[in-house]
Amino acid sequence: MVSIAPEIRIGFYVCHCGHNIASMVDCPEVAKYVATLPGVALSRDYKYMCSDPGQELIQKDIREFGLNRVVVASCSPLLHEHTFRSAVAAGGLNPFFFHMVNIREHDAWVHTDRGEATTKAKALARAAIRRVVHHKALEVKRVPIHPDVLVVGGGIAGIHAALTLANAGKKVTLVEREPSIGGHMAKFDKTFPTLDCAACILTPKMSEVGTHPNITLWSYSDVVKLEGYVGSYTVTVRRRPRFVNEDLCTGCQECIGNCIYKEPKFTDEFNEGLGKRKPIYIPFPQATPQVVLIDPQVCLNFRKGVLADKCKKTCVEACGDRKAIDFTQKEEFKEIKVGTIIVATGFQTFDVKRIPQYGYGLFPNVYTALEVERLVNASGPTAGEVILRDGRRPKAIGIIHCVGSRDKKTNRWCSRVCCMYSMKLAHLLKEHTDAEIYNFYIDIRAPGKGYEEFYDKLNEEGVHFIRGRVGEITDWAVIPDEENKLVIRVEDTLAGFVRRIPVDMVVLSTGLEPQADAQGVRRLFNMSCGPEGFFLERHPKLAPVNTFTDGIFIAGCCQAPKDIPDTVAQAGAAAAEALALIDRGHIEQEPNTARVLADCSGCKSCLALCPYTAIGFDEATHKAVINEALCKGCGTCVGSCPSGSIVQNLFDDDEVFSEIQGVLAYD
Amino acid sequence: MKYAYFPGCSLKGLGRAYEESLLPVMRHLGVDLQELDDWNCCGATAYMAVDEAKACVLAARNLALAEKTGLDQVMAPCAACYLVLNKTKHYLHDYPAMRTTVDQALASVDLHYSGGTPVRHPLDILINDVGLEAIRRKVRRPMKGLKVATYYGCQLVRPYATFDDPYNPTTMDRLIEALGATIVRYPLKTKCCGGSLTGTVPEVGMRMVHELICEARKRGADCIATVCPLCQFNLDGYHSAVKAQFGDEMVPTVYFTQLMGLAFDLPEKQLGLKRAAVPFTWRPAPAPAAPVPVPA
Repeated sequence: MVSIAPEIRIGFYVCHCGHNIASMVDCPEVAKYVATLPGVALSRDYKYMCSDPGQELIQKDIREFGLNRVVVASCSPLLHEHTFRSAVAAGGLNPFFFHMVNIREHDAWVHTDRGEATTKAKALARAAIRRVVHHKALEVKRVPIHPDVLVVGGGIAGIHAALTLANAGKKVTLVEREPSIGGHMAKFDKTFPTLDCAACILTPKMSEVGTHPNITLWSYSDVVKLEGYVGSYTVTVRRRPRFVNEDLCTGCQECIGNCIYKEPKFTDEFNEGLGKRKPIYIPFPQATPQVVLIDPQVCLNFRKGVLADKCKKTCVEACGDRKAIDFTQKEEFKEIKVGTIIVATGFQTFDVKRIPQYGYGLFPNVYTALEVERLVNASGPTAGEVILRDGRRPKAIGIIHCVGSRDKKTNRWCSRVCCMYSMKLAHLLKEHTDAEIYNFYIDIRAPGKGYEEFYDKLNEEGVHFIRGRVGEITDWAVIPDEENKLVIRVEDTLAGFVRRIPVDMVVLSTGLEPQADAQGVRRLFNMSCGPEGFFLERHPKLAPVNTFTDGIFIAGCCQAPKDIPDTVAQAGAAAAEALALIDRGHIEQEPNTARVLADCSGCKSCLALCPYTAIGFDEATHKAVINEALCKGCGTCVGSCPSGSIVQNLFDDDEVFSEIQGVLAYD
Repeated sequence: MKYAYFPGCSLKGLGRAYEESLLPVMRHLGVDLQELDDWNCCGATAYMAVDEAKACVLAARNLALAEKTGLDQVMAPCAACYLVLNKTKHYLHDYPAMRTTVDQALASVDLHYSGGTPVRHPLDILINDVGLEAIRRKVRRPMKGLKVATYYGCQLVRPYATFDDPYNPTTMDRLIEALGATIVRYPLKTKCCGGSLTGTVPEVGMRMVHELICEARKRGADCIATVCPLCQFNLDGYHSAVKAQFGDEMVPTVYFTQLMGLAFDLPEKQLGLKRAAVPFTWRPAPAPAAPVPVPA
C-alpha cells in the first residue's frame, strides 16, 4: 500500500462517453474501486464529462471539497485535455494539477471483453492517481511575438500573403530568389477556366507589392540562415549582385538596346529556353522590380563570373547620368528580425527526360506545357505564333496528360491542375492554329468552379479526347500518312484497340513536384516534408497552412499541387494565422519543457541530440542550457543524459515511475 | 578475365555462327572462356510458361554446375538463355518455396546452388570488363562507311535492365562505333522480332519481321547487328517469305561478334558469315571481283 500525504485530496471522474466507454468498461465499478484508493477525496462516474455540466461539476467539487488534484478518465488528451485543464483553472486550481487518463482509445475501443476492459481501466486509473500526487504547479509561458513578417517566395501565394499582411498594417519582407516576382503564374498565357490573361491579373498585384510602403521587396535574394523561435526569429538574407543599383535603375532598358551583343544570343530562362536574351536583360516586360540585371557567366566584361573589365561597356554609356550599372557590386548579407514566417516557395515541373518514351529532346517538336504557354503568349519568343522548332505550323497536335503524375515509376500523386491546363492549352492551340487536337487522358479531373463547364466547351469546339495512357511517341512510320510525323501510340481504352495517331506537335502536360531544394529549405525553416517531398502541414484537414513549428506557415504549391484559386485561399489563410499570432501579441507554450539541473557535468552529449536545436552550451558555467521557447518536450535529452541531470516538467521521474508502479500493482 | 561459358542449344545448332564468331573474338581480346561441362538446355522462354518449377530446376542445374567450376561469373550469349538464367536466379531469391523445390531436385544429383554467380551477356562483359579502349586498339580494319542498325531484341534489356537502359540501350551502339562503323537511328531497336511466331502464327510473325527489316532499310542501314540467335534467324532465315509477301529488299542480319571479327581482321572463314541466308560481305576498299554491298 502506498502512503499519501494527508493534505492530498484527489477528485476522480470516470466518463461514460455515452456508449463509447460505458459499453465496454463498467464505469460505476471503476469509480467505486478508485474511491478506495489512498488520497482520493471523491470518486464519481458521469455520462459526458466534457459537457458544460460535466465541467461545472469539476469546478464545484474543487471549491466544495477542497480538491487539490483532479483526474479524469475519459477520451484522448488530444481532444479534451485542454477542456479539462481550463475547467480546473476555472475552479481555482492550477491546471497542471490535472491529469487525464485515456480509457477510450487505449481501453474501451480496443477490447472485446468487458471484464478485461474494466480491469485495465482500474489499473490505468490507479496509475493516474499515484502520478497526480507528484504533479507540481506550473505556469504557462508567454512568448512575445514580433510584429514583422517574412514571406519567402514571390509567386502568387507569396504576393497575396504579403499584400494581405501589409494592408493589415504589418511590415513584410518578401524574399524572392528570381530577379522578378511573379513565379510560375507570370509565365502562363491565360488562366483556366475564365481564360483571363495571367499577366493582366497578376501584374496589378505585383505592382502593388513593388510600391507598398509596408513591403520590403528583396528580389534575386535567398534566405541563408534562420535562428530563434516563434515570435523572435533572426533571418539572414543573401542579396545577390545584379551589377545594377536597384535604387538608381529606372527600368528604361536602353542599356539592353546598346549592349555589345547586337542580337540576343543566350538561353532565355523565362521563355523556357525557347527564346534568347542578352547578357544584360530584364526577365520579362512586366518584371517587378523593373530593374535590369547582368549575367556574369556570359557578359563580356566578366570571365566566367569574375570581373575582367575588358568590355567597352556600351551599356554604361546608354545609362548615362543615371549611373545605375555597377560592375563592382558584391553580394550582401542582411539580417532582419521577424515574429512569423510564411514559406511560399512553389513547385517545379516534372523533368520529362525521365520518360524517354515521350521523346523530349530527341524530337524537336515535343514540348512541355510551360514551353507551350510561352509559345502561345503574345510576349513570348514567337509573339504568339505557333511556329515549331523545325519551322512548321502544326496541323495535328497531341496533348498527353499525366506526364510524371499518377505513376509508380515517377510520381505517385495527381498534380491536380494538369487536366485543366491541358484543356486550356487545347483551346488556345485550337484558337491559334485550327489544328486537330487530341487530348490523351486517364481521367478528366475538373472539380472546380466552372471547370466541368469548361470541359463541355472544349468538347463543343471539336477537341478529341482519347482515354488512354500514351505508350510511346515514335518517328517510325508504318503508312505514308505517318511519314515525317510524330506517331502517338496509345491504347484507346474506351474503344478497345491500340491506335497510332500521327501529329506534328506533342505537348507533355507535366506534373508538379516539390522544388529540387525542398529538403534544404525545410531544414532551414525547421519544417518537415511529407513522403512525396512537399512541405508537411500540421494536419491535412484542419491545419493545412500550419507547420509543426510554431510561427512558420506554408502556402501554395510548396505544400501540395493546387490551382491558383486554392493557392490564393491558402495564402490568405497563412496570412490570417500570422495575423492571429501578431495581434494576440504573444503565444502560450505548454510547460512540458526540459530543464538542466545544477549537477550537469558539461559532457555535451545532449546538444546534438535535440531535434529542435533547443540546447545550447554556456561556456562560462560549463553547463548545457535549454531554450524553453524552442523545447517541445520530446524527452530525448532527458533520456540521454548520462548523469540524469536533465529533467522534464510533467514527466519527472517520480511522476513517471509512480505511474508505472500504479499500472503494475494489483492491490 | 575468365568466365564459365554457357552456349545454350542455339549456339550449337542454328545459331552456330554466333559461337563461331564469339570464340575467336573473345580469345583475341584475352577473355578466357571455359565451356560448362555437361550443361543442359535452359528451357528458353517456352518451358517457363509450361511448368515453372521444372523450368527453374532445369535452369538451376546449369547454375549449380557453374558454381562447381569455381569460376565466379557465367557468360550466356543467347538472349533467351541470358533471360531464363537470370529469371531463375530472381525466382529462387524471391520465392523460398521454389528454392526448396529446386534445392531438393539438385540435391538428388549431388548438386548445390547457393545463388551467388552472376550470369552476364557478352555485351556487358565487353563494355564493362574489357572496355571500349581495349577493343578500339584491336581494330585493324576500321569499318568506315558501314551503316549499322543495332537491334537488341526484346529479351536482353527487359525486364532485367542491369547493364543498359531498357528503352534506349546503347551498349552495342558504342561497341559498333568503336569498330569505326556508323550507327543509324533505329527506333525499333528493342521491338520484338516475333520470336517463335514466325513458326506458329506466321501472318503475325512475318509482319513483325517485315517491319524491322523495312525500317532498317529506310534508315539506310547496310546491315542489322543482333545479339540473339532467334532474332538473327527470324530476320535472316525468312527473308524470301517476307520478300514475297511484302516486297522488301533484304538487309543482311549479322551477329555483332561477326562485325567485331571483321574489324579485328580475324580470318573471315572462321566467323560463320557463310551461314546466313542473306549474304553480308564487307571490304575496306571495293575490289572488282568480290561482291560489295550497295548502300541503300
